Amino acid sequence: MSKSEGAEVVLRLDRISKSFGALKANDSVSLTLRRGEVVALLGENGAGKTTLMNILFGHYVADDGEVEVFGQPLPPGNPRAALAAGVGMVHQHFTLAGNLTVLENIRLGTEHLWARRHPDARGKVERLSRDFGLSVHPDAKVCRLSVGERQRVEILKALYRDARILILDEPTAVLTPQESEALFATLRKATGLGLSVIFISHKLHEVMAIADRCIVLRHGRVVGEVDTHATDKGALAAMMVGGELSLPRAEARAPGKVLMQLDSVTTPDHGAVPGLKQVSLALRAGQITGLAGVSGNGQAALAEVIAGLALPSAGTLSLHDARITDWSPRVALSNGVGRIPEDRHHQGSIGDFDLTENAVLEAYRTRFSRRGWMNWRAARAFAQEIIAGYDVRCPGPETRIRLLSGGNMQKLILGRAMASGPDIILANQPVRGLDVGAIAYVQGQLIAARDRGAAVLLISEDLDEIMGLSDVIHVISQGRLSPGFARGSMSAADLGLWMAGQKFEGADAA
Amino acid sequence: MTEIIDILISASFWAAVIRIASPLILATMGELICERAGVLNLGIEGIMVIGAFTGWMAVYQGMPLWGGVAVAMLAGMLFGLLHSTLTVPFGLSQHVVGLGVTLFATAAASFAYRLMLPEVTSPPKIQPFQPLDIPVLSDLPWLGQALFSQTALTWAAFAVAGIVAFTLYRTPLGLAVRAVGENPAAVEAQGLSVTGLRMGAVMVGSGLMAVGGAFLTLSAFSSFFFEMVNGRGWICIALVVFGAWKPGKAVLGAILFAAFDALQIRLQQTSMGAVLPYQLFLALPFILSILALILMSRRAEVPAALMVPYNKGER
Amino acid sequence: MRLEPIANPTAARRLGLPVLAIAATMLIAMVLALIAGANPFAVLGQIARGALGSKLAILETLNRATPLIFTGLAVAVAFRAKLWNIGAEAQLYAGAILTVVLGTGALGAPLVLPLSALAAMLAGAALLLGPVLLKTRLGVDEVVTTLLLNFIMLLFVSYLLEGPMKDPLGMGWPKSPALIPEARLPRIVDGLRLHWGFALAILAAIVVWVIQTRTALGFEIRAVGQNPEAARFAGMPVNVVLIKTALLSGGLAALAGWSQVAGLKGHLSLDLSPGFGYTGIIVAMLALLHPLGVVVTAIFVAGIFVGSDAMSRAAGVPTYIADMLMATALLCMVLAILLTKFRVVRG
Repeated sequence: MSKSEGAEVVLRLDRISKSFGALKANDSVSLTLRRGEVVALLGENGAGKTTLMNILFGHYVADDGEVEVFGQPLPPGNPRAALAAGVGMVHQHFTLAGNLTVLENIRLGTEHLWARRHPDARGKVERLSRDFGLSVHPDAKVCRLSVGERQRVEILKALYRDARILILDEPTAVLTPQESEALFATLRKATGLGLSVIFISHKLHEVMAIADRCIVLRHGRVVGEVDTHATDKGALAAMMVGGELSLPRAEARAPGKVLMQLDSVTTPDHGAVPGLKQVSLALRAGQITGLAGVSGNGQAALAEVIAGLALPSAGTLSLHDARITDWSPRVALSNGVGRIPEDRHHQGSIGDFDLTENAVLEAYRTRFSRRGWMNWRAARAFAQEIIAGYDVRCPGPETRIRLLSGGNMQKLILGRAMASGPDIILANQPVRGLDVGAIAYVQGQLIAARDRGAAVLLISEDLDEIMGLSDVIHVISQGRLSPGFARGSMSAADLGLWMAGQKFEGADAA
Repeated sequence: MTEIIDILISASFWAAVIRIASPLILATMGELICERAGVLNLGIEGIMVIGAFTGWMAVYQGMPLWGGVAVAMLAGMLFGLLHSTLTVPFGLSQHVVGLGVTLFATAAASFAYRLMLPEVTSPPKIQPFQPLDIPVLSDLPWLGQALFSQTALTWAAFAVAGIVAFTLYRTPLGLAVRAVGENPAAVEAQGLSVTGLRMGAVMVGSGLMAVGGAFLTLSAFSSFFFEMVNGRGWICIALVVFGAWKPGKAVLGAILFAAFDALQIRLQQTSMGAVLPYQLFLALPFILSILALILMSRRAEVPAALMVPYNKGER
Repeated sequence: MRLEPIANPTAARRLGLPVLAIAATMLIAMVLALIAGANPFAVLGQIARGALGSKLAILETLNRATPLIFTGLAVAVAFRAKLWNIGAEAQLYAGAILTVVLGTGALGAPLVLPLSALAAMLAGAALLLGPVLLKTRLGVDEVVTTLLLNFIMLLFVSYLLEGPMKDPLGMGWPKSPALIPEARLPRIVDGLRLHWGFALAILAAIVVWVIQTRTALGFEIRAVGQNPEAARFAGMPVNVVLIKTALLSGGLAALAGWSQVAGLKGHLSLDLSPGFGYTGIIVAMLALLHPLGVVVTAIFVAGIFVGSDAMSRAAGVPTYIADMLMATALLCMVLAILLTKFRVVRG
């Protein structure tokens, strides 16, 4: 029995359906939320959680079904109506204007466009910050805030509008475990004051920690609804993926020699995003090195250095014991560095190019052209090889890659990176947003590459993934790199302290 | 050198500076509004032509001068509607659409001109705005001629700059415009319409551009010529960059620019003009624009979502 | 409203919508004719007859199409890499200047024609190099710089024609001396007023097409235009590709000036180009940036202009109707292209 059983129903979604083209994102989804309750919306990436909340908030219009807030039907497709009805949403990708101050972002859209300023906006924001433990300076420019602070601004935005229902879309994805705890404290205060919360996540332990009730979505349908105290992680996981969870787990191996070495590498900061600070890292043959950390702490800078996109501004980079001076993606490729980029849509592929063109994107100069003339016949054969060898499900090599699912797109990129038999592999968020089948496949390939003797650098924000696959784990925080921790030597909580920057010696932990 | 100093201390020079700056200020404010909302409006050149033509034609047909200004503004807003319909909800390339609007507006003005005045060889003149006589101020020695003998439309241009600055920085509407040019998702999440704000900004901005064009026919000259806008629109785009997307700085830029323009006209009549080709003087504004763009390239605070269409369905 | 990508657009959609765009343009032509007090069907007929109604009309259309093929190719090449070269007008004049410099006696046959073409291309390429370097090094928007250069170049040409390049026998008209006969492009068929520039323009289109589809550079240009971030990640030298694209584009635009001077006019004057550089943008967009398509659309656009001239004399509708139609066609076409890839849905 939920603690708020019998309390007033504040929100009712009734048989919501929504399709995008052939994809059925929501299929007759129903949900109720009571006053003072935290309901978790649990599901894999692509299960339809975000779509459902975007319908509730009026970003999308449902094809079918109804939304009722405090007993009143909510007009579809109108965020303004949702806000007025007391629904506040904290988006996964923050919706803040960086050139404005905190206060300006909070007030945006709350006043009549021509009216003079609301005189006591500042007082109200300060009061809310105090009451909910959301400290942030109202006159700070948002572009200078940390990720955690930005999230507080997002929550303040909703509270400022007197939201009674708060939707949080994957709020902990960008937080350290400790910051997540602080967020949960805020949420407990909020529910104590009568707010209701929908908490979207795919992290089971968080759901168990914060939610009263849990609704599990799979392929756009509700597959289960349980009180959290009456279930456990295993049961939720099974519901979420529709079967037993069987992700590959790498067994420990003896490390080989160092293939790539970074010594005191430093790169410049980009605005609020830190560069690398004196990072030293050795990538060894036959070993998966995991890089854990909260997003935006220098992972991108490290990936750029390894991928050949940036040279350190200080420090040295060595490959096979030779110091690198001339460094570019082409040099990296010709020295056996295989790269799986973080963003497969923007970095990894060209959407309107077909699979053949995408397959030869890296090797078109070396393998598929002579004196500047392309050999399209060889290119097509190569694409077919990848399609067959890496189980890319597609109509054929002439298909435009944007039509492929994320998993198949990633398999093509994986095949492209593996084709030259690289001995160093950069895998930056290789399974983000993929379904379980594709995740298992990609992770299996990384393990196989390691077993062949490759050095793999796995960058991920998912601590479970890092802990499951890595032979050695480093943590990155504010551009600084922790020492390497052997498999199994650290708990998630210990790593969390490193992620928060608290364990770095003499750290000015921010 | 003494020639230059003589020019710089003459009251007529400064009067010319302010006169030349006025259309630039109006059009630059128009472009600035569009860009602050995230839309680059390359229709500016053609919209200024349309404004110059419609304002003049309305007055020629018997409307009062302010009626001509209103007609120009409406015509500009109409082309702003065309531009923003294609670039905002449809998200088409702002480069291509802007050039298309410029070509279309320029052609439309030429077409309408020939249609309405098929036989004339030289365009008819109208009675333009006259300098306002302001008690006391206009009678001041030097200053009176330099600053206080301008037409009402010039005063309006400066007033518009003030209103734009006030609206952008002191009203909720301005806050929303600044936000939509930075991160449209922020605006949408707060219940405001990205499409509405951007289309509104482009329409109002285009209206101002057209009034800038109308200044040429209704205040600066008394007639309409095909080539009269002559790249001023493109210069205004450079001025927005030069002013770092801030109204005050953009006005200063326009005045600086007008000063160079007024100077080059006068220098042509001096000993320098006898030595250097006049084309060099005429090219000066364009060369300065390029230099301004280069100078500001490193420092400019570009609205983050400038030229980025917003489609909420994008996944 | 919201735009939703269409996974596999049908052939009807891909071909029908551009046709619809042209049809919409024709409809607007008829409306404009009505406004001008003429019979819309007669006006369309007169445009068609003026463009294609006689051997003379056809040759005039093809002559007019020649510079448009070159500028259209220049724009198509650049836009394919998302390099917004709006300066084809200036590059055209740069080519024309070099043609006159080398073609008025500095060089003799047989070198003068190929060398003046080469020099023209280099001049056009050099002119676009500046804006592109400003773009790649400093992030200065090339649209504005190339536009501004058009004005500067016209003033420069005006200076040349009144000063160092003035024709002493020009009776005060600002024009250059005439090219020597060896520097002129011969006619394709004796007695017919169509010069080899047209054939060379078609050859240029084929060359550009081969570059785009068969070479590594063409692959790079397309990749950089579609997704510069992915191109950079894959190891393509994005800035170098942009510079190569600029050289190609500027060179092609300059050939328009070369062929106009060497093939048609025989001298340089300020009315050498009635906006061929700007019209090239329309030609390229109507061709969906396809180099071979450029040949077709250039002839179409040239036909509208030539036909409108003839129609205007007969029907009294201002000849500027052609400019309006071209701008309309451009806007309709970009919308049509979008709608081949996306459908408009509610919410």
